[in-house]
Order: sequence, then C-alpha cells, then structure tokens
Amino acid sequence: MGNKQTIFTDEQLDAYQVRLLHGRYHELAPHLVPMDYTNDPDCKLPLALIVNMPELKENPFRNRIVEAFSEDGAGNLSFNEFVDMFSVLSEMAPRELKAIYAFKIYDFNVDNYLCKEDLEKTLNKLTKEELTPEEVELVCEKTIEEADLDGDNKLSFTDFENMISRAPDFLSTFHIRI
Amino acid sequence: MKLLEGAGRRSPPRNGEMPVMMRMTVRMRLPRKNEEEQPIRRKEAKPRTVMRRTVMWGKERRERREEERKEGRRKKTVRVRRVVRRRKRRKMRGSSSDSSSHSDDEEEESLSEGEMARLKEEVEEKKKLIANIRNKPWRMKRRLMHLKEAQTFVDKFEGALGKGKGRKWYAYKVMMTKKWIKFQRDFENFRTACIPWESRIKEVESHFGSSVASYFIFLRWMYGMNLVLFGFTFGLVVIPEVLMGLPYGSVPRKTVPRAEQPTAQDYSVLMDFQGYCKYSVMFYGYYNDQRTIGLLKFRLPLSYLMVGIGTFGYSLMVVIRTMAKNADVGGGDGDEGEFTFSWKMFTSWDYLIGNAETADNKYASITTSFKESIVDEQENQKDENIHLRRFLRVLANFLIICSLGGSGYLIYFVVKRSQEFATRDDLSWYEKNEVEIIMSLLGLLCPPLFETIAELEDYHPRIALKWQLGRIFALFLGNLYTFLFALFDEVNTKLEQEQAIKNSSIWAMKEYYANYSRLVNDSEATPPPMDPADVIRGPCWETAVGIEFVKLTVSDIQVTYLTILIGDFARAVIVRFLNYCWCWDLEAGFPSYGEFDISGNVLGLVFNQGMIWMGAFYAPGLVGINVLRLLSSMYYQCWAVMATNVPHERVFKASKSNNFYMGLLLLILFLSLLPVVYTIMTLPPSFDCGPFSGKAKMFDVIMETIDLDLPAFMGTIFSYAANPGLIIPAVLLMVWFSYKKNRRNNTDSTNQVMKDLEDLLPNRSLIPLAPPPEPEPQAKPTKTKPGSAGKGVNLEKDVALASTNPNTRGPVSRPPGPRGPGSMAGPGGGQGRGRGRGPPLR
Repeated sequence: MGNKQTIFTDEQLDAYQVRLLHGRYHELAPHLVPMDYTNDPDCKLPLALIVNMPELKENPFRNRIVEAFSEDGAGNLSFNEFVDMFSVLSEMAPRELKAIYAFKIYDFNVDNYLCKEDLEKTLNKLTKEELTPEEVELVCEKTIEEADLDGDNKLSFTDFENMISRAPDFLSTFHIRI
Repeated sequence: MKLLEGAGRRSPPRNGEMPVMMRMTVRMRLPRKNEEEQPIRRKEAKPRTVMRRTVMWGKERRERREEERKEGRRKKTVRVRRVVRRRKRRKMRGSSSDSSSHSDDEEEESLSEGEMARLKEEVEEKKKLIANIRNKPWRMKRRLMHLKEAQTFVDKFEGALGKGKGRKWYAYKVMMTKKWIKFQRDFENFRTACIPWESRIKEVESHFGSSVASYFIFLRWMYGMNLVLFGFTFGLVVIPEVLMGLPYGSVPRKTVPRAEQPTAQDYSVLMDFQGYCKYSVMFYGYYNDQRTIGLLKFRLPLSYLMVGIGTFGYSLMVVIRTMAKNADVGGGDGDEGEFTFSWKMFTSWDYLIGNAETADNKYASITTSFKESIVDEQENQKDENIHLRRFLRVLANFLIICSLGGSGYLIYFVVKRSQEFATRDDLSWYEKNEVEIIMSLLGLLCPPLFETIAELEDYHPRIALKWQLGRIFALFLGNLYTFLFALFDEVNTKLEQEQAIKNSSIWAMKEYYANYSRLVNDSEATPPPMDPADVIRGPCWETAVGIEFVKLTVSDIQVTYLTILIGDFARAVIVRFLNYCWCWDLEAGFPSYGEFDISGNVLGLVFNQGMIWMGAFYAPGLVGINVLRLLSSMYYQCWAVMATNVPHERVFKASKSNNFYMGLLLLILFLSLLPVVYTIMTLPPSFDCGPFSGKAKMFDVIMETIDLDLPAFMGTIFSYAANPGLIIPAVLLMVWFSYKKNRRNNTDSTNQVMKDLEDLLPNRSLIPLAPPPEPEPQAKPTKTKPGSAGKGVNLEKDVALASTNPNTRGPVSRPPGPRGPGSMAGPGGGQGRGRGRGPPLR
C-alpha cells in the first residue's frame, strides 16, 4: 500500500484543487478578483501582490518566478497563469517542464542564454552578496566551464537541460507545495 | 484543466495555411501535419461543399474539416462526405458498405467497419491529447484552446460512432465509461482529502526543508503498511477466535494456571506480559487447535498460518513495488564532481522554504558551501600522500572490527550470565536487566565511536556515510543474532521440558481420576474433567518467544520516547532557560538546540519493523501495538521537531541512491523471514497450546486441509508445486522482473522541448536545435580533494524520502537516501553528537 502524498492529483485536476487555488488567488485581492469566471473576465494581479504569498515570500527568485509565468513578462498574472505557475512547481510536473521554466527563471535578461551576468545575479541572490567579487567570478567561471557544451561561454537551454537532468535534487528542491 | 474551459479564451488561429473557405468559421489550431494533403482534399471536397454550403451549419463544417485534417488516407474524403450526408439525413443513394470506393454513388445507412475504426482512432488521439495536455509546456491559453477543441470533437464523434449497428450499445458503453471516469475522479479526490497529517507535514516541511519532512512521509507510509497488516491479522485471526472460539477459562490453554492466579492481576506481572496478558489473544498460546470453529466452519489454524505467511508476502510486495517506483526517478548517475558548482547554483535553494529563519539558515549554509567548494577548488593541486591514507584506512577498519568484535563478545558474555542468573532468585534490578542495559549502552555509544574512528579514513562524505551506515547495520545484526541465539537456547530448553511435562501431565490425570473414584466411592461414575486451572501445562515456547518480542518492542518504544524527551526536550528547556544565568552562550555554544537526526530515526524505524515482522507470527497482538506506536510517534515526533529542534545548518546534498533505505528494509524483511520460516518448517509446535498443537509440524495443517477439504486431484498438484525446486526459482524470477522493470528509462525529447520553449519566450527568438549533448566536456577536475573535506566541508546528505516522481500517477514517498552522521567536527558545536541513535534495544 503506497502512501499518496499528492496535492495535485494527476490528470484529474479537478474542481477541488482549482477552487483551492482560486480561493488563494481571490484572497490576494478580494476586490479585484471576481468569484465568477463564466464571463471570462480579464483580471490580472500585479507582481507585488503575488510575491507576498507565504509560499513565495522567502524565495530569492520570487520576482523572476512570477515574471517567467506572466505573458507580458512584467509579472502580472491572470488566474490561468497563476494556476500554471503552481502546476509547474508542483510535484506532478514532469522534469522537462520544470527544466524549461527553471531556465526561464534564471535567465534574468531574457535572452535565452544564461550568460555570466545571469549567473552572477543568481549567485548574489543565493548568497545575499556575501561572497567577494573574486569568489563570484570563480564560481561563475567554473559553472560555465562545467556545463557549457558548445563553447560559447554561456549556457543555452540544451546545456542547462543536460546539466539539470543529472542533478539529484532538482526535483525535490524545485517544488512548491500549496 | 478541464474545468477551466469555461474561463478559457479562444484566440484566433495562428495557422495561416488553412483553406480559404474555412478561415471564416474555424477557430481551431490543429496540427500542421497534413498540409500537403489538404489541397488535394480541398479540390475533391469543394464541389460538394459548395453545393451544400447553404445547408451545412458551422458545427458540421468543423467536424468535416477536423476529419479531413487528420493524417490518413485519401479514402477519408469519401467517408467524410458520407458522414456528413448521413448526419444531414439526406436521401439515400445506395447502401453499399464498400469503403474503398471513391464514387459519389456510395451511400450507406451505417458506418462501415473501416470508417468506424478510423473515427475511433481520431477520437482516441484527441483523448490522448486531452490526457497529456497537462504535460505540454504551452501557455495556458494555447492549452485551453486545444483542450476545448479536442473535447468538442470527442463529444461530437462519440455520438457519431454510435450510429449504425450496435449504436445503442455503444452509446451506453460510452456513457458508462464517462460515469466511471467521473466516479474514479471523485474517488481520487476523496482519497487525497483523506490522506492524514498532510498539513502537519507541510508545516514541518516549510520549517525544516524537505529532508526532515521526508522522514515523516516515510513514517506515514510505514503506518499505512502496518495498518493493512493489522487489518489482516485482526480480521482473520483475532476476531474469529474471540467471536467463535471458546471463551477464556474453558480450556487449559486459555486459563491462568492455579499457581499463578494470585499474582495474575498485578501491574508488574502484567507489564512483564505474564499473568492475564499471557493468556489472552495477544499471544500464540491462546488459540485453539480445533480444525473448524463456529457455525461458519472457519478454519482457524489454516487462517493463522496463511495470515502469518501473507504478512510477509504483502510486505514484500509493497516494498518491492515502492522500490520499483522510486527507482524510476533516476535523477542522473553522474559522478561526484561533475557539476559541483552548477548544481550548487541551480539546485541548492529549497523552494519549499516558507519561514524567514529557515531561509536565513539556508542562505548561510549555501554561502558556506560555496566557500568550501571554492577552497577545495583552489587546493586541488596539492599532492596526496597515498600511502599514509591507506595505512590510516586500514588502521581505522581494524579498530572498528575490534570494537564490533568487542561488543559482540560483551553481549554474548552478558547473555550467558543472564542464563546463570535465571537459576537464581535473589537478583538486584541491575542483574535482572543487565542484558537490556548493556545492549542499550552499546547502541548509544558505538555509532559516535565509529564516527570518530572514521575520521581517520578521510573519505568523501558520501562514502564515509555509507561506511558508517554499514557499520551500524553490522552492530545491529550482532545484537539481533545474539538475541536470536538467546531465544533459540530458551526454545530448545523448553522443548526438552515439554517431553518431561507431557509425561507428568498424563500421570497427573491418571492420579486425578484415581483419587476421584476413591473419594466418590463409585467406580462407575465418570469423573468430571479436571479444572482447567489445575492441568499441568507445557512450557509453550511460542508464547515465550512472542513475549520476548513484545517486550523488546515495548522497551524500544520507551527508549525512543525517553531519548526524545531527554535528549531533545530537556536539552531545549535547559538551553533556553539556563541561558540567562550561564557563563557562555548556551544557544550558540556547547549544547545548543538539537537537530533532527534523520538517519538515526529512519534506521530505528526500519529495525523496529524487522522486529515486528519476526514477532508477529508468535504474537498477533504485536502488530496492533506497532500501529499504536507509529500513530503516537507521528504526533509526538512532529511536536518534538517543531518545539525543540532547529533546522540543519549544514549543507545538504541529496543522495543518488534513493532506494537505499528501501533496500535495507527489504534486507531486513528477508532476515526476519528466515527465523520464522525455519521454525515453521522444523520445530515441532507445543503439544498443548496454540492453533497447531498436536501436530508434528506447523505446516501439517495445510496438508490436512488439502487432504480433507479439497478435491483429490488438487492434492497431487500441490504436492508437485510445493517442491522447493520450483518455489525458489519462482521467487527469484519475481525479484528479477521487478528490477527489469526499473531499467526502463524515460527518454527525453529535447526537440519538442526546444520548440515549446521557443513558443514560451516573449521575444520569440529562434533557438537552433542543438545536437544531442556530449557527456564530457574537456579536461576538468573530477574530484575535489577530500583531504580538506574532512575538516572543512561539513557536507551532509539530504535524505530525500519524498517521492518526486513526476511520471507516476500518485507518487509514493521515496525512501530516504543516506544522510550524514549527526555531527562531524566543525563549527557550531556538536549538534546531536551524543545522541547517536543506534539500533533498537531490549
């Protein structure tokens, strides 16, 4: 007898879960978010509201996460995108999907490559700028050296995917439970 | 996202190649596969369509186009026309069922086989799309659009397929399938809502990270398994005996002997599981050996044996199934230093953290980890002194083997002494409990001793961890075998006693009758049977064994709870309150707050389960005790963790061998199976207690059932099948199959992924499809030098118990990977060092 610990049951993402999510979405801005979606309202919540959710509040990449899932790239999420975000970050999402979005999140300048600046920004966010510039430089160089396959001194998605697919704890850390 | 379809939006089709006439009404974006076929179809279809334009409604048109665009054969066009015409209920022009004709004159009343098959195929494809739509990395809009199309199509054509022969049956079938799917979905919802302790675990997770939470998930899994075992045992063995068997006091085996009756209710006697406890459903000896009991002719002895074996079978199945599931989550098998910095950068932050303090700790530990890796990198060129290291390793192993041997001998010595003590009566408390005390002490002191010695070895932390766990396991095995050895001695003694008692009880019976007839002075009267309490009783070794296991389990529970209470709670209280009046900072300095010892606890859980498996056959009540223990453990430990522990400061690296603890569990299952099977097969059951009393061997009850209850030919079949030569290969085959299944890998399809990524990006730049990645770039240092690792790098492994398998339906908890020892010499003081939780103790 296995112990199912899914929050998102798989294909049958159902009224129960969506209602839960909608409840959370609604309580972020009760005046803005309608309870009734049958008329397909066009309502987006700004970045500032979403990054204050308890699940995201402590995450150094919270801004990038929300921006990655928003269509306009500025972090304004409609309910669909909101659901999308938590769906990808849930346990059930496949590894490939997560890798795609992880790449987008860490790509700060949105040029489809993880260049040195992106890596530096990532590192500084992770260590709250505790490392000296030389150390930052060394780490970024080593990272590119390890993962860059096509030799262009920046990580394309393929490089990133190749590296992350072997990471043992990617799936367990790139996971938000709601 | 089916339920969002009401909220979804339709966007105009992006596919520019759609046929002209269709552009006006079609809003779907379908796969672009059949573009070159469309012009041809269009040519054929046009005249007909034009003619019918006035009568075709939007929906019908859409259906037709849907069909046309499927990859397929040219015949489709003809069939399409036919379908369309049929739906219009036009006048029939013929009723041929030849599906290969292109002529307009073909007209049928019902769908031909080929058409039906093709339509079914399309419907199936759409269904598959609906099923997989969640996994596609599309934008929500696009997903919703496709979902709506696919669903409309499926709905339409499921009806259409119903036309023709057997349409009513088909429609009925479809409706039942839908209802069934809905029912399944509701049931899944219900099941998810019923999962216990979810919010509790989430709270622990957000404070302590996924590794600590994974222990609780494992605990929950164990609880589930034990609950099922309890259900079996209780329902099939205990309840029938209680309801349909003889009541207490009616037969000798169910009655407390006269000599023990005065003390049978004493608390101390009950705590020792003697007295009334011993003669209750909890133990083997209570059960009667009647072949069938009650009105229903329930075969209790057979049921007892089957449940005993079924316990192992079920556990084996569940463990292997979990292992197979968890083995699917490979996560890559790269070597140690391949992507050190990359992984640190991209996978070190735990997105589950929701607590500010934990986040701060995490920042600090990530920074430390980076600094350590940098230092290692810079020191990489240092020369290693291989000979010194080898010598140290050999020395360390020698020391450890000495200590293992020493502990083994100590246990043996103490057990021998306890056998001498058993003959005496004037024992002090220490002497009575000497064995248990010594074993507890060994269990508490040896693991930290091993850790200290292991620092000589200078291994990479992961390897050192494996050695450490191996040594603890060896220690446990030593304890276990000593315990079994002691038990076996006792069993043999009892078996010898039995012979003597058998004779003396027959003698006593004769005497009783002789006395009775003498007293009554009537040699013809039949004396009433001897009062059950007076009958001379055999030693009943099975119950004795059961009692030993129950005592062991109970004392293990007590030790665990006490350790938490003292080691964690008392410590936390002292640190918190004495801090005000102490010279140094207790919180940062020496004792400080404890960290949750994941590997110790998991090992304890695994070993405890081994004990349960061994003892359940002789003490059916043991599984119930364990269920209660796990239940209370969950609450107690959750509370303890939240109230008294602090999140780990050290860096965590997840282990790659996620199945390590499951493998351990499997090994212990086999080890527990052996003694039980041995006793079933070779030792004779007691003559006057238990469900197998009077038989030569326990499994004789199966023979009896086959002979008496089953038809004759089955007896011969079984006698062939019971050949060990068949059974062993069958078991091995089963294990082999399960591992074969694990080897199947999921292939990644990067190409599709690239296309989807392209689509997702706001600026839509084209990413050239890269060739499949080469595994090894040029020269790079493979291993960071472990020389400095022993002191500087305090790497501890994450115990990734939580399953993160995205490819299964409902992920089962993944067992924990190995985790670093409670503390190594390093900053922050010895957290949890003195608390090495060893194996379960008597």
